[in-house]
Amino acid sequence: MRCAFLLIILVLIGGAREPVLVPEISQHEIQVRQGFTGADLLLFGAILSPEGTRAAQGTDIVVVLEGPARSIVLREKQKVAGIWVNADSTEFRSAPTFFAVAATRPISQIVDDKTAAIYELGLKWLQLSPIGVIDPSEQQRFAAGLVDLMRRQGLYQEDDGAVHTSGDVLYQARISLPSSVQTGTYTAETFAIRNGKVVASAITRVEVKKEGFERFVALNAENNGLIYGLFAVLLSVGMGWLAGRLFALV
Amino acid sequence: MDVYLPIANLAVNGLVIIGLGALTGLLSGMFGVGGGFLTTPLLIFYGVPPTVAAASAASQVTGASVSGAFAHARRGGIDYQMGAVLVAGGVIGTGIGALLFRLLQALGQIDTVINILYVLLLGGIGGLMAHESVAALRAQRLGVPVPARKRRHHPLVASLPLRWRFYRSGLYISPLAPLLLGMATGILTMLMGIGGGFILVPAMLYILGMGASVVVGTSLFQILFVTMATTMMHALTTRAVDIVLASLLLLGSVSGAQIGAQFAQKAKPEQLRLILAIIVLGVAVRMALGLGYRPDEIYTLVPL
Repeated sequence: MRCAFLLIILVLIGGAREPVLVPEISQHEIQVRQGFTGADLLLFGAILSPEGTRAAQGTDIVVVLEGPARSIVLREKQKVAGIWVNADSTEFRSAPTFFAVAATRPISQIVDDKTAAIYELGLKWLQLSPIGVIDPSEQQRFAAGLVDLMRRQGLYQEDDGAVHTSGDVLYQARISLPSSVQTGTYTAETFAIRNGKVVASAITRVEVKKEGFERFVALNAENNGLIYGLFAVLLSVGMGWLAGRLFALV
Repeated sequence: MDVYLPIANLAVNGLVIIGLGALTGLLSGMFGVGGGFLTTPLLIFYGVPPTVAAASAASQVTGASVSGAFAHARRGGIDYQMGAVLVAGGVIGTGIGALLFRLLQALGQIDTVINILYVLLLGGIGGLMAHESVAALRAQRLGVPVPARKRRHHPLVASLPLRWRFYRSGLYISPLAPLLLGMATGILTMLMGIGGGFILVPAMLYILGMGASVVVGTSLFQILFVTMATTMMHALTTRAVDIVLASLLLLGSVSGAQIGAQFAQKAKPEQLRLILAIIVLGVAVRMALGLGYRPDEIYTLVPL
């Protein structure tokens, strides 16, 4: 009995050093409807020590928002016989459709490379699971190519100063999603890092889904190709005919 | 005006798309071509995925050619027999085109093939048109009558077996010739999202040797049905027809086509053809440069 009590105390004391993360997100569901032009997500929360004292002092926060992964083929153009054609390609089994990293300061100053690679802190450390055997340097070239391509579309982001802390308790980061985001479940993982070690982490989820008319169109295009196609044909013939009649009146 | 395209997965400015439709509609009304050769590359340039662009541009061409086809039908400017053969070939062609599309997509060469086709076809036909219209304009200025071109079909056409009489076209030729021609345009329509009018019209005049009075009407007739088949084919195979994108394009192009048709009645045909030739050549040169210069982004991504 006495032993058990002591053990609990020890665990509590041991745990007391580790801060607790309470993450929250401004929206748990993003609806893609007509007029959707992207969304701004506010990821915020508090870092507390179990005694309720301020814990953020000396603690860095890194927030990683990751979209659903998919298998992709990445093609690389090379100049062949005077024109640029797709000459080389590689396949990745799990390339995230969206990946944004925000931190309180440059990640290289917060953690060492090993830790960054383990927790995928930064675009450099994306784990893409390439398919087949390719040599590391080629793999790196393709991974860098993917990051460059996705960055241009705003689908991969890395912002060193995007996490702001206030009063050593609260943190917040704003991440914007462009309109071209894929639907699915997004996970937002928050890491509290002190002295180069991850001391706490917590996950929240965001659901991105098509709603209403957009959902209806996407479902029918995928499942009822025949009716969808007939409708498209009728629409185009109908509009062309109508315009002819209207202009004949003018 | 922001509009979200549910199949392209992208928000676009609706007014830009309508304006783009109107521009190509204007061309189709003025010159009797579908205008798809401009829509597809411009949509891709705007950021719409290439497959979605080609699939949705086809339905725009349908809309733009409807009223023209009706107008020609009223005037008796359609050879339905010839049109039916061309359409039959065109439908077979879209089927072949769909298979080619898949094959090339799997090989990763679809974009390059589309670009090379654009450069060759637009460059060749644009050059031909420019040459001819300049010659015609010069002859007009000098007051020399343009030597009337002898209307005869190509010797290759005459060598094909099985001859039919096409009364309205004034031809006695093998139906295989228009069938093959229809197939070729069907394949191009499926691959490039173009109606094929600017290929069909010269081919009908110079290869088949059809009477000029039925050429434009019959080509519109064929384009109408082949683009309808293309839209269906895309809806069933690539599933890339974006109904919202198509509606916006249609809205612009059907009105543009009407305005263009009114312009066309006032302008001289030689000048119209020269303008069209310049536009076509411009697109071809732009595409050729795109192939030769190092692209801004050398990586492309395709979901597996």
